[in-house]
Amino acid sequence: MTLRLTCGYVPLLDAAPVILAAEIGFAAEEGLELVLRREMSWAALRDKLIWGVYDAAHMLAPVVIAETAGIGVGAPLDAPMLLSVNGEVIGVSPELARAMGARDFLDARSVGEALVAAARERTAGGRLRIGVPFPFSTHAALVRYWLDRLGGDYELQTVPPPRMARAMAAGEIDGFCVGEPWGSVAVEEGVAELILPGAAIWQFAPDKVLALPRVTAETDREPVFALMRALWRAARWLAEPGNAITAAEILSRAEYLDLPAELLERPLAGRLVVNGAGDERRVPRCVEFFDGAATFPWRSQGLWLAEGLARMTGAAPGPLRAAARVSFRTDLYRAALGPIGTDLPGASEKLEGAMDVPTAVASTLGRLVLGPDRFFDGSAFDPADLDDASDRA
Amino acid sequence: MVPMSQTLSIAVVEQDHERALMIVDGLRDAGNYEITVLGDVVGLARRLAALAPDVVLIDLENPDRDILDALTLASGPSDRPVAMFVDRSDTGVMRAAIEAGVSAYVVGGLSRERIKPVLEAAIARFHVMARLRNELEATKAALEERKTVDRAKGMLMKAKGIGEDEAYALLRKTAMAQGRKVVDVARALITAADLLR
Repeated sequence: MTLRLTCGYVPLLDAAPVILAAEIGFAAEEGLELVLRREMSWAALRDKLIWGVYDAAHMLAPVVIAETAGIGVGAPLDAPMLLSVNGEVIGVSPELARAMGARDFLDARSVGEALVAAARERTAGGRLRIGVPFPFSTHAALVRYWLDRLGGDYELQTVPPPRMARAMAAGEIDGFCVGEPWGSVAVEEGVAELILPGAAIWQFAPDKVLALPRVTAETDREPVFALMRALWRAARWLAEPGNAITAAEILSRAEYLDLPAELLERPLAGRLVVNGAGDERRVPRCVEFFDGAATFPWRSQGLWLAEGLARMTGAAPGPLRAAARVSFRTDLYRAALGPIGTDLPGASEKLEGAMDVPTAVASTLGRLVLGPDRFFDGSAFDPADLDDASDRA
Repeated sequence: MVPMSQTLSIAVVEQDHERALMIVDGLRDAGNYEITVLGDVVGLARRLAALAPDVVLIDLENPDRDILDALTLASGPSDRPVAMFVDRSDTGVMRAAIEAGVSAYVVGGLSRERIKPVLEAAIARFHVMARLRNELEATKAALEERKTVDRAKGMLMKAKGIGEDEAYALLRKTAMAQGRKVVDVARALITAADLLR
């Protein structure tokens, strides 16, 4: 019997596991007919998932938590696995970048201080206007975490990724934090210089998830598990450095991202062209699909995102934390991927931001290495410190 | 609360002028509304804030929808709360709206009874527009196919010294023998001829 699922995605580099699961044949191996549908906005994709037009979606991790907590449309969603870690880039107008002077591309503190100082002189009212793809996004969370700690005066504006370059050209925003390849597109068009990768703010930031309506995860597991196995194999394939060129070629097609393959291959290979002069920077874990248990939906990552959502919306943190705990479905991950030989971590929550170097941790096969996962300010996030953690224990 | 006596103000976000007019017509038929079309998306958030409509209608597929979604959060003390319209008592309406490709954002306190006729009129219009768009695409495709077949026929007539009917019969016979469409055989012939030129 053939299983059939329709999965929506937004054209971004980190939709690669979904697209390649269908294109390379990982879904077919599972007897799964995976139908892909491209969407140009996160809100449209979310609505079609919630109202049953799609079975599954490539989705911003914070959307799943916000929806489950009743913010937005307010329908509970599940994230049984991550699709990507990192992959965001921050860029500003070439004038602002010039005013910032020389700096280290991977040093979020010095870059942030230079930006805050330059913005005081060069922006309207001294206030930075930064475009992010959606209010509920890792992008928004990272920018806020970064600039709040450096005393930045800023406001976030929602700009769909494919429109980021145009918004820069029109002077609607001074800078952006967006998923690749849309930052590189803005550089190509001469309207931005990249100043920092998201990975420099948090070295291991969960970005996209596989999202399902709660009811699907409860009632119809076999097609979902088949999809998860196909996505996991696609992610493992993507982690092979030799596959970057093939992946970029497939993603570049008109029906997927419809952009030049070289623009996609560079970030896949951990390289970014940062300005109009063609200067290139190497970024460790520029976008990560597989290594370091990148597909595992750590509840502690969900809780970090929930704290950010609470600060941003002014909503009480309790329901958002509860939503993160129930929607990051480590149980489904274990049930779907354990049987095919995935090395499963012993825990489902961990201290986030504590690893300076790759570190071996307890796992079912004993080969799991996590990290590094530092935050730029050196602090760590311990879910056990949350004031409701003891209530649950 | 929006008082019942007050005319409902509606903003339609739509870049395509003709589509915008069709939506406006549909809404005028449905009731007495104050309608504004926002055709240019530059500074959309700012313009919507200044306009402060009761209802915003936007194409579901329009990427600028994400900007509207963000407005639902930006509720300063002077802002009116905006939310995407979700009718929990009638999932049929929601599904119809999604399938027609329209989404509605409304200010807080507006009753479901006042929004429903607006949404239903919009759904009807969006359905008509989707049908027109499909028909237009089908017509375009049919025209392209006829041009391709005509070109292939011309090639066969010239190469084999045969008449138009005979050339078409040959294409059709080949297509039937291979279980393909006439236009696919014509396309293959043109491609091959281009390669051999």
